[in-house]
Amino acid sequence: MSILALPTGVGVVVGAPLSYWRTVAWRLSRDRATLVAGSLLLLVVLSAVLAPWISPHDPNAGSIRQRLAEVGAPSHVLGTDEQGRDMLSRLLWGGRMTLLAGLTPVLVAFVLGTVLGVSAGYAGGITNTLVMRTMDIFYAFPAVLLAIAISGALGPGLPNTLISLSIVFIPRVVRVAESATVQVKGLEYVAAARASGAGVWQILRHHLLANILGPVLVFASTQVSLSIILAAGLSFLGLGVTPPAAEWGLMLNTLRQSIYVNAVVPALPGLAIFVTSMAFNLVSDGLRDAMEIRA
Amino acid sequence: MSVALLEARGLRKHFPLRGGVLQRTRAWVRAVDEVAFQVRAGETVGIVGESGCGKSTLARLLLRLVEPDAGHVWFDGEDVLRALPSRMKRLRRDMQLVFQDPHASLNPRLTIEDAVAFSLLVHGVRRAEAREKARMLLGRVGLDPRLYGRRYPHELSGGQRQRVNIARALVLDPKLLLLDEPVSSLDKSVQAQVLNLLQELKAERALTYVFISHDLNVIEYVSDRVLVMYLGRVVESGTADALAESPKHPYTQALYASAPSMDPDRRMERPPIAGDPPNPINPPSGCRFRTRCAFAMPKCAEAAPAPVAVAAGHDVACYLYDEVRT
Repeated sequence: MSILALPTGVGVVVGAPLSYWRTVAWRLSRDRATLVAGSLLLLVVLSAVLAPWISPHDPNAGSIRQRLAEVGAPSHVLGTDEQGRDMLSRLLWGGRMTLLAGLTPVLVAFVLGTVLGVSAGYAGGITNTLVMRTMDIFYAFPAVLLAIAISGALGPGLPNTLISLSIVFIPRVVRVAESATVQVKGLEYVAAARASGAGVWQILRHHLLANILGPVLVFASTQVSLSIILAAGLSFLGLGVTPPAAEWGLMLNTLRQSIYVNAVVPALPGLAIFVTSMAFNLVSDGLRDAMEIRA
Repeated sequence: MSVALLEARGLRKHFPLRGGVLQRTRAWVRAVDEVAFQVRAGETVGIVGESGCGKSTLARLLLRLVEPDAGHVWFDGEDVLRALPSRMKRLRRDMQLVFQDPHASLNPRLTIEDAVAFSLLVHGVRRAEAREKARMLLGRVGLDPRLYGRRYPHELSGGQRQRVNIARALVLDPKLLLLDEPVSSLDKSVQAQVLNLLQELKAERALTYVFISHDLNVIEYVSDRVLVMYLGRVVESGTADALAESPKHPYTQALYASAPSMDPDRRMERPPIAGDPPNPINPPSGCRFRTRCAFAMPKCAEAAPAPVAVAAGHDVACYLYDEVRT
């Protein structure tokens, strides 16, 4: 019997193995691209959170005499915009808006979408058809068009942007959560739990959610960058955050005309959007790799 | 009821095949049709048949994991299919299932200790106590809990996972264990170890087994009585010895003849039956084996033959043995 009790896997270390999340953390710590992207993201988030304390100027106070200062100008490290407002301060404050508009809809969609998707997937039958076909109606529109249509109908403003973007992302999350649920529901360990007399809630909590939250979370994290771009896009079109508030997409729009006067300063908000969404993408990629269960 | 621990009568399950926008039923998969049998306390009943003959569905019907369309199941004198939810939960402690696929049957997010303990938690046992019992059972099935208790399923081999499955099924102290192809996905040497473990556990805990397999050698080794299934119906049932020595139904004969033998004189040159079983979506009328049967008669197409006793405890559903009835 002692022969049988030996682990068969090559390289299995005898002793207490790492827990699942410990393993994930360990894998992430060895993934350099994700670490760099993650640090960058942390920097962006921190600078956005700390904007009121670290920004050198009032983001909305302009000066006619200092319009479109070059990058590196005295007391304006990143120059000024077309109204003479300090770019660094506006980028820091704008990051707050952009991140808020990027993260909130995905978070809302993650929660509501998971609830809807899991219910539809687990219930099956008519409920499933009803929920999923309704989602398909939303899914039929391209994301940008749907966001513009809803924002256009609701009018500009941050709350309306959040609502419209949430509506864009919910169907996507529902789809992923539903398919993951249907897949897990059919596995034998769920049948085994039922055979033990476990109720619906026990099965959902211990067997289903534990196994689908990972994939759904990874999917949601890939949508953050899209959400940031959409939020910035809505502001750019005048459907999102209203001036004079600083927001990257809006800044990009108002600086558009100045591109022939000073090409570097108008590019800065675009660069910020690019770097942030890229970092989100890389981190979610790394997360997906790290959370994979390897046999 | 009778002395039977488990009795099934007229069990039927047809799965609808839906299609189109309106999800209308296009056809029915006749997975299990009019299956009746008894399992006495302490015996091992083997159920054998080709892939897709309804063996696994039958196991799920018996445990009411799938609701049958018709029929009755009695367990320990209690009508399983009429039991109310609270009563059903209590009944589930007494009848457990061991699954075929050791990969899909364990939750990848639970340590094997927690996987085994989960069933106890469901029945209101305190966590520490449940863990303790889980560890004890893991030890009993040959997995040192200090070494394996905190491991995740993907860290174990197929044979080890199947041991976990067995421990999980036993943790509620059931009277009846349904084993759905418990060794089919394992290597031969590991199969033997697991089969021997099952035999030991059966003696030790006074268990009753319903053992489902497509492997005749395995079935012969473990079973007291055998049920042969073909396309959702039981075609022959009898003691393992009677079936091995004188199989009556043409399908059983073909099945036993096709089993690999260690005896060179018994080796065959040609397979006794060719082709795949017909699709259970549109099974042949009457006797379902008639399309592959060498003895098919006109009346085989008319109605399904009823089981006939050819000897005590040996029933065959075939018109060839009808004269025995009179």
